Amino acid sequence: MYELLTGPFMWLVFAISFGGLLVRVVLYFKGLSQQLDRVAYKAHLSYGLKGAFNSIFSWLNPVGARAWRKKPGFTLVFFAFHIGLLATPIFLAAHNIMLQENVGFGLPQMPAFLADLLSWTVIVACVAIVLRRIALPEVRILTTAYDYLMLLITVAPFVTGLIARYQMGDYQFWLLAHIITGQIWLLCLPFTKLSHCVLFFCSRAQLGMDYGIKRGGLKGSTFSW
Amino acid sequence: MPQGKLCNRQPINTDEQLKLTLSDKSGKQYYAEMQELDVDTNALWATIQKTMKSRIKTWLEICAHCGMCADSCFLYQVNDCVPEQVPSYKIQSTLGHIVKKKGQVDNEFMRKCMKIAWSQCTCCNRCGMYCPHGIDMGVMFSYLRGLLYSQGFVPWELKIGSGMHRVYRAQMDVTTEDWVETCEWMAEETEEEWPGLTIPVDKQDAEIMYTCNAREPKHYPEDLAEAAVLFHVAGTNWTVPSEGWEQTSLSMFAGDWECCKDNVNHVYDAIERLNPARVTGTECGHAHRATVIEGPYWAGRKDGLPPKPYIHYVEWLAEALREGKLKIDPAKRIKEPVTLQDSCNYVRNQGLKDVTREILSYIVEPGYFVEMAPNKEHNYCCGGGGGFNGIGLYREQRNVALRKKMDQILDTGCKLVIAPCHNCWDAIRDLEEEYEIGIRWSFLKPLIIGMLDIPEGMRVEW
Repeated sequence: MYELLTGPFMWLVFAISFGGLLVRVVLYFKGLSQQLDRVAYKAHLSYGLKGAFNSIFSWLNPVGARAWRKKPGFTLVFFAFHIGLLATPIFLAAHNIMLQENVGFGLPQMPAFLADLLSWTVIVACVAIVLRRIALPEVRILTTAYDYLMLLITVAPFVTGLIARYQMGDYQFWLLAHIITGQIWLLCLPFTKLSHCVLFFCSRAQLGMDYGIKRGGLKGSTFSW
Repeated sequence: MPQGKLCNRQPINTDEQLKLTLSDKSGKQYYAEMQELDVDTNALWATIQKTMKSRIKTWLEICAHCGMCADSCFLYQVNDCVPEQVPSYKIQSTLGHIVKKKGQVDNEFMRKCMKIAWSQCTCCNRCGMYCPHGIDMGVMFSYLRGLLYSQGFVPWELKIGSGMHRVYRAQMDVTTEDWVETCEWMAEETEEEWPGLTIPVDKQDAEIMYTCNAREPKHYPEDLAEAAVLFHVAGTNWTVPSEGWEQTSLSMFAGDWECCKDNVNHVYDAIERLNPARVTGTECGHAHRATVIEGPYWAGRKDGLPPKPYIHYVEWLAEALREGKLKIDPAKRIKEPVTLQDSCNYVRNQGLKDVTREILSYIVEPGYFVEMAPNKEHNYCCGGGGGFNGIGLYREQRNVALRKKMDQILDTGCKLVIAPCHNCWDAIRDLEEEYEIGIRWSFLKPLIIGMLDIPEGMRVEW
């Protein structure tokens, strides 16, 4: 079972997940319409690209956008959640040993204590996000069961991974559970709103182009997000 | 009943239908018919499939439901932060639902959408600046308005407004003859005080072609006279077109995209015909957005620009003051606390934030200009944008919406507000009428005329 899941099945999951995300990006750009979006993408490309980068970088920076600065508590939780979510699986030692064995190269490995810390951060941040959803009326009204399902799918590999790491209960069971939940998460990326992992960049770039071209860029106005 | 006599899926294309709809006091019959209007669900879904491209589709899908947009919306703020006013909720529960149902929605739902689209969003685009995913609910509400209009679910005044544009190519029943006569009449009247002043109609190759808001010739012709005075004093070689002079677009507020295209092409035709070096419009925000910012796309222009450089009035004025074509008498500068209303439609939508402040630097004594907070591209809508000002059915909601601007103005401590936008000017006038906070408000033109340092002999003093 372990061999199957980490072998051919893993390759299939990667292919579907990353291939799917690539398709989402391609379809996004193919689905743009200058006339309907009211942005002349090609005619003012340099202004557009400047606006796109401004937009993306302002929002990847926790103090770059006014919205982030206005809500420091949420911003902290949000960035902690996403940093842990991305960094842990990529730089975890165990993952990179597998990568080394299967494809012959690995990425830098993070120390175990850091991996633990980041995993706990993801879980704690996830709990904070759930509590926020319940506590604030303006977020509660937007929240659906689907949102909770997405959080569950996202946090499950971390919960199962930590249980396996601390060898609580049946190690083999929790290891398999970790692999399966991780694969479910990967498979969900292109087909659910988790696709925002790539579409965030597309959408931000596009609004950035809009601002960089007709909404001020051509008038020499630097837009402050 | 499938289609009403007044409320139906057909745009108003004839003078007869226009008059008939107008004669329906406050839209009483119109709204009664709307209660029964059938939804052509197949056409609705077909339109969505054809026009809803990846941007809006993705926005609806990836909205993280984080609520970051809530505070960004002044309507959420002034309505006691009720969660139903969260921008994301407003669009997800209307457009989002229609898309989810593949257009299979009923009359009651469409009426609910109409209420939200025209009384809970002014398409001010502020929320787009506060969404981590870059989702602009204002853009989506404009799209939703288009869908609602195509099905006949549009407020009575905007159905008429769009009909006016279709029949008269102006937001009011101002014909070409009326317009040209008004130009002649204003030139004659003004010339008594300003010898040599003319309002040249259809002059070829002028430096500036001037376009305006149909309400000016209809209700405030002095605005046209003031524009003429300033062009005259600045020594500008200018003209107005006999056709294609109206640059507003109530059809944009109504969601009548076909009409938007027709109107903007009419203005562009005038530009092509008269071949001016540049064009400038009046002090109006939505007119500028319609003709200069969005219009080129309606017209299918690849570069997203009008046929000739087309500047907002504040840009022309700043330039004239900068270059000394208009001189301000320092003794006449404003010497009382004064604040400025940033119009969403040319500040957030075209970045013209500094140029208005440059004008103030010439006309306000240093130390007297007080900024609103927040301001520039972060400023709030006047409270009556996107057609909200003109819709009787939602007057109560509009009056609540004005409170944000009222608080912003009160916080500055100023009694004078400069509003270089027709719609903002109206909203501020209405807020004074409604709440009586003791303020005055003004366009730039009359203020500047009152402060000009006029070359000797140019003006006849009476």
